[in-house]
Amino acid sequence: MATDSTAPPPAAGERHPGIGDRSGLLGGLMLAPAVIYIVALVGVPFMLAIALSTSSATVGAPGIHGFVGLQNFIDVMHQPAFPVALRNSVIATLATLVVTIIFATAESELFARDFRGKWFWQIIIILPWAMPVSLAAVNWLWLLDSQFSPVDWILRQLHLLGPGTLLGPANHLYYYGREWLGLASITMINVWRLLPLATIIVLAGRTSIPRDIYEQAQVDGAGFFRVLFRITVPALGPILVVVSMFTALMVFGDMTITAITTHGGPGYSTQILPYWAFVKGIDGGALSQGAAVALFMFPILLAAAVLALRMAFRQENQ
Amino acid sequence: MKGLLRRVGFWVGLLLFALFAVFPVVWMLISTFKQTGDLYNAGNNPFLFNLPPTLENVTFLFTGTHYPVFLWNSFLIGVLVVVITLSLAVPAAYSLSRLVGRWGERSGIAIFLVYLIPPTLLFIPLFQLISAINASNTIWSLVLVYPTITVPFCTWLLLGFFKSMPREMEEAALIDGCSRWQAFLRVAMPMAWPGIATCVVFAFALPLSDYIYAASFVSSTSARTVSAGVPTELIRGDVYYWQSLMAAAAIVTIPLAIAYGLLFGKLVKGFQTEPASGV
Repeated sequence: MATDSTAPPPAAGERHPGIGDRSGLLGGLMLAPAVIYIVALVGVPFMLAIALSTSSATVGAPGIHGFVGLQNFIDVMHQPAFPVALRNSVIATLATLVVTIIFATAESELFARDFRGKWFWQIIIILPWAMPVSLAAVNWLWLLDSQFSPVDWILRQLHLLGPGTLLGPANHLYYYGREWLGLASITMINVWRLLPLATIIVLAGRTSIPRDIYEQAQVDGAGFFRVLFRITVPALGPILVVVSMFTALMVFGDMTITAITTHGGPGYSTQILPYWAFVKGIDGGALSQGAAVALFMFPILLAAAVLALRMAFRQENQ
Repeated sequence: MKGLLRRVGFWVGLLLFALFAVFPVVWMLISTFKQTGDLYNAGNNPFLFNLPPTLENVTFLFTGTHYPVFLWNSFLIGVLVVVITLSLAVPAAYSLSRLVGRWGERSGIAIFLVYLIPPTLLFIPLFQLISAINASNTIWSLVLVYPTITVPFCTWLLLGFFKSMPREMEEAALIDGCSRWQAFLRVAMPMAWPGIATCVVFAFALPLSDYIYAASFVSSTSARTVSAGVPTELIRGDVYYWQSLMAAAAIVTIPLAIAYGLLFGKLVKGFQTEPASGV
């Protein structure tokens, strides 16, 4: 996109045949430590995860000798929490994705301009991303507390909450104590913490759209929304795919917010796959079943990543 | 008229987004300085100090809890992860962008995919590996594991930086008799400093923000990080030390937000060179 207009320079070896061999050797030496490290601590554990999920390993007996085939997957699928966790993972991811993309496009539209005190507003809107996820979850746990939530207080002041009002007779909404409100709260927290990064990525795409296109549109008298939907959004296409992939993986693969706010409850009504894997594997000691739950996510993750990349490729080639 | 409408729309939009981002943080800061009698009085306006503000909760955090230990652990792990990440990622990125030919330049997206493998897929086997080498409940378990996230991300980011740098300077150095390695150290690395600085911030911040590995591998207080220690040890069953919890979050968040905010432009630029050209 941005830099594709310049032809790729020839490889170093072609310009300097004299040092070609040494470059290759040095290149290998400089690359090797990172590759070895990643293979040892990402590649090997990934294989181990597959081996674990087909074994009968527990924390008490961590060996992976007892091969049980797909039994763990079958056991896990027959538990009533499984369809709920899968459903919640998918719903929370899609909902977060849609809201984040819309918000990020709007926010990047604002930050594509130059205005006074921009650095200050940048610090403000980047705050949620700077906060460690678990502390953000604690922050939101207190913000939506069952007794002392200031959001409830504002709703009560506006006469939207409390006896005889729109949102019901109770004085509190009990955000984390209800199935759908719990899921909505978790989605909200995810949007909140992922919006800064999404905005930054969209902004990267937004600022590389040539300015003269906008100037021409202004000369032609196109309105704000016409420019937004006819020029900005189509030009942002590939970068929006990248943001979607980022956001989806961050939500789908993370358990922190659920672990700290609803704990998957009440019951298992707000459970999600990664936290269920943690509860089973680490808290419950059933390593093999936990690994099986975690691996259930892999085909979905892979499909999402491949799909997103293919869409990005296709848009780029047009 | 149209211009005025646009300006109003702009500032309203900006204010709404800023409010959304900052509202939980404002509540966090107000809670930090509230007296207990004020905080837990449902009749009070929660946004006002109905009793005078107090520093007691911050003092309690540093004297009555293990928060200083968590901070120190996070700091130490952060520094070590930065060192490991840079020593692996900088040479690897340079090698891919300059030394190993075309496929190296095009490998950006493959590296990025490694970064996207979520920890939830790997934490159980890694837990076993850590147990097998007797590293559970030590900070070393985390020092060992965090670069699995930072190395791919930083390699990808730096690959973009090196690729966007002109080759002429290094080539001039080569003609002047420098070896490739010297050209890398003296010419390429200094030019890539904005990318390296971004990597330092990212690698340092990761141990502060990761929860799943910290909660899985470490269960003893002395090796806990802020991210896992605060939610597990400052919440005891049903007892929540809310003001101190909020103080604990604020102390970490504010400096990070300022660092990230000042890097805003660099981050935007980082995403412009990649993945756009890496795909």
